[in-house]
Amino acid sequence: MPNMSKLILLLFLVFFNISPSISAEDSEKLLNPKFSFDGIFGKFDRASLQRGYQVYTEVCSACHSMSLLNYRNLSQQGGPEFTEEETKAIASKFEVEDGPNQNGEMFKRSSKPSDHFKSPFPNEQAARAANGGAYPPDMSTLAKAREGGPSYIYSILLGYEKSPKNIKLEDGVYYNKFKPGNSIKMPKPLNKDAVKYSDGTEASVEQMAFDVTTFLTWASDPHLEERKKTGFKTIIFLLIVSALAYFVKKKTWSRIEPKM
Amino acid sequence: MTEKNFNSDSEIIKPVHTSKVGGSPFKGVAGWIDNRLPILRIFKYEYLDFQVPKSLNYFWSLGGILMVCLIFLIITGVTLGMHYKPSSSEAFNSVEKIMRDVNFGWLIRYAHMNLASFFFIAVYLHIFRGLYYGSYKEPRQLMWLLGIIIFFMMMATAFLGYTLPWGQMSYWGATVITNLFSAIPVVGKFIVTWLWGDYAVGDSTLNRFYVLHWLIAFGIVGIVVFHVIALHIVGSNNPSGIEPVDTRDTVSFAPYTTSKDLFAMLVFLLIFVLFMMYIPNYLGHPDNYIPANPLVTPAHIVPEWYFLPYYAILRSIPNKLLGVIAMVSSIAMLGLLPWLDLSKVRSSVFRPIWKQFIFLFVLDFFLLMYLGKMPPEGVYVILSRIGLAYWFMFFLIITPLVSIMETPLQMPNSIHEYEDWKKKGKIKTLKIF
Amino acid sequence: MSNKNNNSPEKKNRRDFITVATGALAAVGVGAAIWPIINQMNPDSSVKALASIEVDLSSIKEGQETVVLWRGKPVFIRRRTNEQILEAQKVDLKDLKDPEPDSKRVKKAEWLVLIGVCTHLGCVPTFGKGEYGGWFCPCHGSVYDVSGRIRKGPAPLNLEVPNYEFVSDTKIKIG
Repeated sequence: MPNMSKLILLLFLVFFNISPSISAEDSEKLLNPKFSFDGIFGKFDRASLQRGYQVYTEVCSACHSMSLLNYRNLSQQGGPEFTEEETKAIASKFEVEDGPNQNGEMFKRSSKPSDHFKSPFPNEQAARAANGGAYPPDMSTLAKAREGGPSYIYSILLGYEKSPKNIKLEDGVYYNKFKPGNSIKMPKPLNKDAVKYSDGTEASVEQMAFDVTTFLTWASDPHLEERKKTGFKTIIFLLIVSALAYFVKKKTWSRIEPKM
Repeated sequence: MTEKNFNSDSEIIKPVHTSKVGGSPFKGVAGWIDNRLPILRIFKYEYLDFQVPKSLNYFWSLGGILMVCLIFLIITGVTLGMHYKPSSSEAFNSVEKIMRDVNFGWLIRYAHMNLASFFFIAVYLHIFRGLYYGSYKEPRQLMWLLGIIIFFMMMATAFLGYTLPWGQMSYWGATVITNLFSAIPVVGKFIVTWLWGDYAVGDSTLNRFYVLHWLIAFGIVGIVVFHVIALHIVGSNNPSGIEPVDTRDTVSFAPYTTSKDLFAMLVFLLIFVLFMMYIPNYLGHPDNYIPANPLVTPAHIVPEWYFLPYYAILRSIPNKLLGVIAMVSSIAMLGLLPWLDLSKVRSSVFRPIWKQFIFLFVLDFFLLMYLGKMPPEGVYVILSRIGLAYWFMFFLIITPLVSIMETPLQMPNSIHEYEDWKKKGKIKTLKIF
Repeated sequence: MSNKNNNSPEKKNRRDFITVATGALAAVGVGAAIWPIINQMNPDSSVKALASIEVDLSSIKEGQETVVLWRGKPVFIRRRTNEQILEAQKVDLKDLKDPEPDSKRVKKAEWLVLIGVCTHLGCVPTFGKGEYGGWFCPCHGSVYDVSGRIRKGPAPLNLEVPNYEFVSDTKIKIG
């Protein structure tokens, strides 16, 4: 029955390849630009990460928190790799509540690299109240919390269109061709020249979407580069050891099975 | 006791066993230790000199692979436990902290997470091996039953572990699975509340699930010890299903089995590392990176892939209690197998009809796995019912019937003859490996 | 068992080499896998990031001290009186177990900054007890002077001075 067993093996592979997404039935196929962090040797593009951080602070952070990140992460290896000084300067632009001091009072001070990213709202209720009942999700883990990950974020940012005539949307709801169900409560976040890049890159909507997607992917998975590097080394190592182990096995068994 | 008995010394003076020091096959320090604590000789007899059938194929490496998986899972689990906080307000963030700040935390957590899946892959192959080569038959019934107990405990541990990151899937998975107990008539509701320690899955639930995750994991280790002791008294089955008679049929465990198992382990490890390092979240669900929210259920609740077939069985029955019974008994059926299969021939190699039904059963397993992922509507429900029907028919009707009616192929008299036949092409064997 | 070993010595050597190489590499692999398991217990990067704190000194009066927590340990910040400073300075280095002049232990003679952890076994000493006008450790009776130097008892070393600097006249930054 060798054929039957091969068929089963094939089916096994097929079942494991069915992506579990059933949510994307009625929306369009996601855009999939070439990200530098894809693939076995994937790495983040530092300049893109730094621009992405700029887009996040100047646009997204008006509504979306990233509470799991600290300013110090901006200078850590495998990230945007701002210098320590730049990171201190970035952090000091934000104010954070600290305390109590010796007199038992809470006080405001400028942030340090060890502080968390400042959230736009003190709590979920305040965020909902300010956004017409919708809660802008925390973006710390966004790229791994959505089916499609980076492609999904990139596509949503570029998926805003005029709604087709047969679809009527309520006030405060927008049409997005990539969002499952096609309606989204976030207004189109990126418009041309929404930010001014200091490195002279043209701030087109595609560019900003690409950069902020890169940034968010790093934020979700800050050890991606280290993981892929370690993975490659481990696999090379295991290939060598398995090859050696195979010869050891063959040699050992040749003692009782002279020709096999 | 009468006085007569004291007439002869030989009747009251008997040698006592405890004074015996000696008999170790080792010399020097090893011998000294071994004569007082005989672990070295047990290791030597049971692992170095232990005779195993010569005809074992790579399916028999899975036991060792599973052992390694279990050890790795425990090591990574212990280290994760040093950083994880089992409270509903801190759990999600503490897992993210492991992923971000703890030295190599990302590596350890991804390893633990993916190892759980790979443990199941290896266990399913291990069970298939037992099914195909009749490893559950006399005298190995108890070993098979211990294996099924381990499988149940693994499922419990995996489920409990999946709730710990306290993401959306953790929370709603815990809610759905614990609610299964509410199907029990009369007391069901109270049992569920008792399990939760609350009126919904909450902080107390998470804390006790964390403890139980550890407890059952170590319980598995205990049952595994029994499973292995049982193996070492009845010996390994083998592809021919014929018991070895003399050393022409066997090889010693070291270096033959060890060198083979080492290679198999390394290949298994290689595939595992590929998953862990390049698609670490592939076998998981993105919703579990959204913090648990008791107010919103995710659009599609899907259990981990290894539970999908049973989930499909559960959903295919419209009655709550019957669905739960069907799900539990679908796995428990495996435990009846030694008494449902009446054939004296172990290996499917010599059972051409039974073999076909096993392959159909494997197909059924994958079909149900696929259906467990699909929404419970329309054609999917009908297909799940067909899958469910075959599942139970396989055990309760096909197995006994085929075992009585089938005429097995002509069999060799010994393992070394089997090997000879195989070389001559007289036997068709499974050629996955 | 048909364990016939007809291999020539040369062949045997080659097999042995492969076996040894495989074993050695496997050992290296196990070693590499163990390192993350050990290193995960070291302070994580959020702990390392909290390395420095700033303390306002203006509210500390002469002859008083304040205690702040730095890296999970108490730091004593003592504003010494003139007598205490003189006493600390006139001590003969020969009398000391761990000889160190007072001038090396302070940045400004008035301000003494110490990690308040006994160098014996880690207890926190209390001020004002013991015969040298400084600290006394309640655990095993080590006595320190007003410069935090060990004078008596089982402790081997002086109380440690943390890295700190004066940001302004009334503010220091520890770490």
